[in-house]
Amino acid sequence: MSTAKSSVKPSEEIENVVIRLAGDSGDGMQLTGNQFTAVSALAGNDLATLPDFPAEIRAPAGTMAGVSAFQVQISSEDISHPGDKADVLVAMNPAALRSELSKVHSDATVIINTDEFGERELEKAGYESDPLDDDTLDGYYVIDVPMTSLTVTAVKELGAKRRDAERSKNFFALGLLCWMYSRNPDDVKDWIDERFASDDLIRRSNATAFDVGHAFGETTEQIPITHVVESADHPPGTYRNVNGNTALAWGMIAATQLSGLQSFLGSYPITPATDILHELSKHPAAAVRTFQAEDEIAAVTSAIGAAFAGDLAWTTTSGPGMALKGEAMGLAVSLELPLVIVNIQRGGPSTGLPTKTEQSDLFQAMYGRHGESPLPVIAARRPADCFECAIEAAQVALRYRTPVILLSDGYLGNSSEPWRIPDVADLPDLSVEFASELNHENADGSMAFWPYLRDEATLARPWAIPGTPGLEHRIGGIEKQDGTGDISYDSVNHQLMTDLRAEKIQRVADDLPPPEYTGDLDADVLLVGWGSTWGTIASAVERLRKEGILVAHLHLRYINPLPKEVGEILRSHRSVIVPELNMGQLSKMLRAEFLVDAQSLNKVSGLPFTVGEVEEAVRKVVHGDEGESE
Amino acid sequence: MTTTETTTTAVDIATTKRADWQSDQEVRWCPGCGDYSILSALQFALPDMGIRREDTVVVGGIGCAARLPYYMNTYGIHGIHGRAPAIATGVALANPDLSVFVVGGDGDLLSIGGNHLLHALRRNINMTILLINNRIYGLTKGQYSPTSEQGKVTKSSPRGSEDSPLLPLSIALGADATFVARTHDMDRQHMMEVFKRAHAHPGAAFVEVLQNCNVFNNHAYESITAKANREGMIIPLRQGEPIRFGPDDSFGVVLDPRHGAVVMNTADVSEDELLVHNEARDHPSVAFALSRLSPNMDEPTPMGVFRAVDRPVYGSKPVETEPPGRQLISDLLHSGTTWDVD
Ligand code: SF4
Repeated sequence: MSTAKSSVKPSEEIENVVIRLAGDSGDGMQLTGNQFTAVSALAGNDLATLPDFPAEIRAPAGTMAGVSAFQVQISSEDISHPGDKADVLVAMNPAALRSELSKVHSDATVIINTDEFGERELEKAGYESDPLDDDTLDGYYVIDVPMTSLTVTAVKELGAKRRDAERSKNFFALGLLCWMYSRNPDDVKDWIDERFASDDLIRRSNATAFDVGHAFGETTEQIPITHVVESADHPPGTYRNVNGNTALAWGMIAATQLSGLQSFLGSYPITPATDILHELSKHPAAAVRTFQAEDEIAAVTSAIGAAFAGDLAWTTTSGPGMALKGEAMGLAVSLELPLVIVNIQRGGPSTGLPTKTEQSDLFQAMYGRHGESPLPVIAARRPADCFECAIEAAQVALRYRTPVILLSDGYLGNSSEPWRIPDVADLPDLSVEFASELNHENADGSMAFWPYLRDEATLARPWAIPGTPGLEHRIGGIEKQDGTGDISYDSVNHQLMTDLRAEKIQRVADDLPPPEYTGDLDADVLLVGWGSTWGTIASAVERLRKEGILVAHLHLRYINPLPKEVGEILRSHRSVIVPELNMGQLSKMLRAEFLVDAQSLNKVSGLPFTVGEVEEAVRKVVHGDEGESE
Repeated sequence: MTTTETTTTAVDIATTKRADWQSDQEVRWCPGCGDYSILSALQFALPDMGIRREDTVVVGGIGCAARLPYYMNTYGIHGIHGRAPAIATGVALANPDLSVFVVGGDGDLLSIGGNHLLHALRRNINMTILLINNRIYGLTKGQYSPTSEQGKVTKSSPRGSEDSPLLPLSIALGADATFVARTHDMDRQHMMEVFKRAHAHPGAAFVEVLQNCNVFNNHAYESITAKANREGMIIPLRQGEPIRFGPDDSFGVVLDPRHGAVVMNTADVSEDELLVHNEARDHPSVAFALSRLSPNMDEPTPMGVFRAVDRPVYGSKPVETEPPGRQLISDLLHSGTTWDVD
């Protein structure tokens, strides 16, 4: 089979398209989706992805529980969310069709791998009649493709066994999509060559399947036209694709280099945070030591030990792991050592929905420790932002000598977008000075080292690391006397230390720029968001304003301390709506703090908001209850 | 790393005395507590270890013994219950040049912290772990601990505890610890010798220190450690020598295929049947058999170094210490596929 030639069919320019790929978890849908994303990024499109994994690693093949989906929106415009409903669905088997059909538009194009629609497969998916024959697909534009058999026929010629040949069928789908959306096949072929270089038969099988899929598009009469999504108008620069977890890991490496310190990551494997541990483990020369601990508690406490010894310390986890780290976070608050605690949030409580996204750990981040133990909380808003947030979290931790919680979530962690690579010269300097001298003069004129003698501006205490002669000191979780750090059970001192620890965190707000506040600032309605809902809320605001509806958008990157302007902004709008993937945690915080009637828009279905859902909430407020739904 | 210059005076390694290792904090254990003698044995032994105060970090969890870091004029952390080995792991990995000590009780290190103890030992992280075993919860005023004998009557077990005790040395050997020893609070010289050996061992060194809690579990080891009883009840382990003890060495230890190690009257066995002590046996089974002698601490009990073998120390491969800075970040961000927009 020769490399596919460019199409002779007519082509039409479109602004954007949302494609959803769905198959069995063994079908390689994530790989296919990511590769389609990568070639679209190379084509200059803006894009946003939404991987939607099954929770079960080995759900029985062909069942609904085993369906793995991947959604990507590609666009010639700036976009910041993966699209509400898909325009195109690729269904590799009946279970994929059954579970995903509700996530596509009612007139969407549905590409079906007809080879997998036998009686047994239909039964496994719970179909009582064949959806290809009944009215299930009425209104959709259905493209029937015997993907498995076409792939097997071509690949078997290379000498592959039937079972192995079948595995290449996702490359058939990729070839077909690349033809339909005029992606450059050479970009994919180059990647196949590189990725499967170690196994020549697999490499050739996948390349062949890709070609067959591409050629199928060219020849089938079912697809009369190809589409072109022009490149987006990105500012000049060098770009790459990145997902949130990789960006976060790279931010950790960057912070390490910018601080001149060695980093220590204590971590225990947990979905969806483990990829950060994987990524950092790949870069031993980057001065980051990764330590896979025996449990979540050892992960954070080893990081505390490393911080005491002078490392830039991190621990990465997800909700259940955060719960286990609670006591140690309290210790870090009391020891006043720099430490960044990263939570890639997932659906809870308990094991909950490990592979699905949620923002329901905000209260845990704010209040999930015993005693009065405030610490800064920062949330990333888009995949590439995880890079900057990691650097910022380290900066705050080092400057204020405090644990910092950085919140991301399963959606941000796994989804990717094009990222203009920042100029490293613009990144901040994070270098720190360890204490090197005695800092207190006793009454008799002799000098001493006081580990809790604070910096006047930041209230940070000196960081004196082992190896420094003369500054030997002991610290612990028992309340300490202000200044000396000696054990103190004195009631007046405990009040003072509690006040000082709180004041120190409040002072972080002194360094903060005003929060991102956009849209119609004089609108009645204000949308307030934090974290990964940013893209959806920003898109909703943009669409509403195009319609002539006035709305403002406040995004909170720092949830503790809140930027100083927040109260005034909230009070300057008549209606405040807080969309959150939880049952109203930020809205409750804002109500308590500012006594404003912040209304929450909630969702905990394991999926991000759609733009339509946010628009709808605003319309309801603007028009009363007659807002039209999408 | 930022270089640290100092104007303060370092104490010369060669000239430290016990007093150099004592902090200015008032020691606050109950009068008569065995922890006092353990603390002073450690402080007496440290000048012989060839280390500096500033390179020494003592980490405790929670419990009476775990307070020990406050009394040491070194760097120290009084952490949270059970987690001292994990905290110390971070310290040791961050700076492999430090001498790291972990001090905790039987509750701290075998109950809530049992998991961390196992993993610090099996990884062979460079630290000296002193498990101060008094077979009771002292700080919380007298509940049975994971090493308390079965049937022990305490406030939380008024009808006698149902739990079987853990034997700390068996646990350490089960985790394949590379250095395992036992000493007791009534013999400063012995403690000092064992502490020095433990510190000199590369990797994780585990020492069980029998300690008397005179308030909540008084006389727990008296039948073994009291001066008058030692000759008949302590089995000294001496490298390369047949294991013998008792008046005129009238008893010895013999390996028995069915019962592990057993104590015999030397009149009943020939010289070459006696077990010759060898700490360096690669396989831990003989050391394990010795660790099962006197499971209830009321029979002749071995003291000394049970095992000392060489194995690679975890984390001895340093991470890159001279970070190349911003160029490394730039190279990383540009790795893989990128494209330019003009
Ligand atoms: S309670 Fe027991 S172990 Fe604790 S200090 Fe008092 S005597 Fe020592």
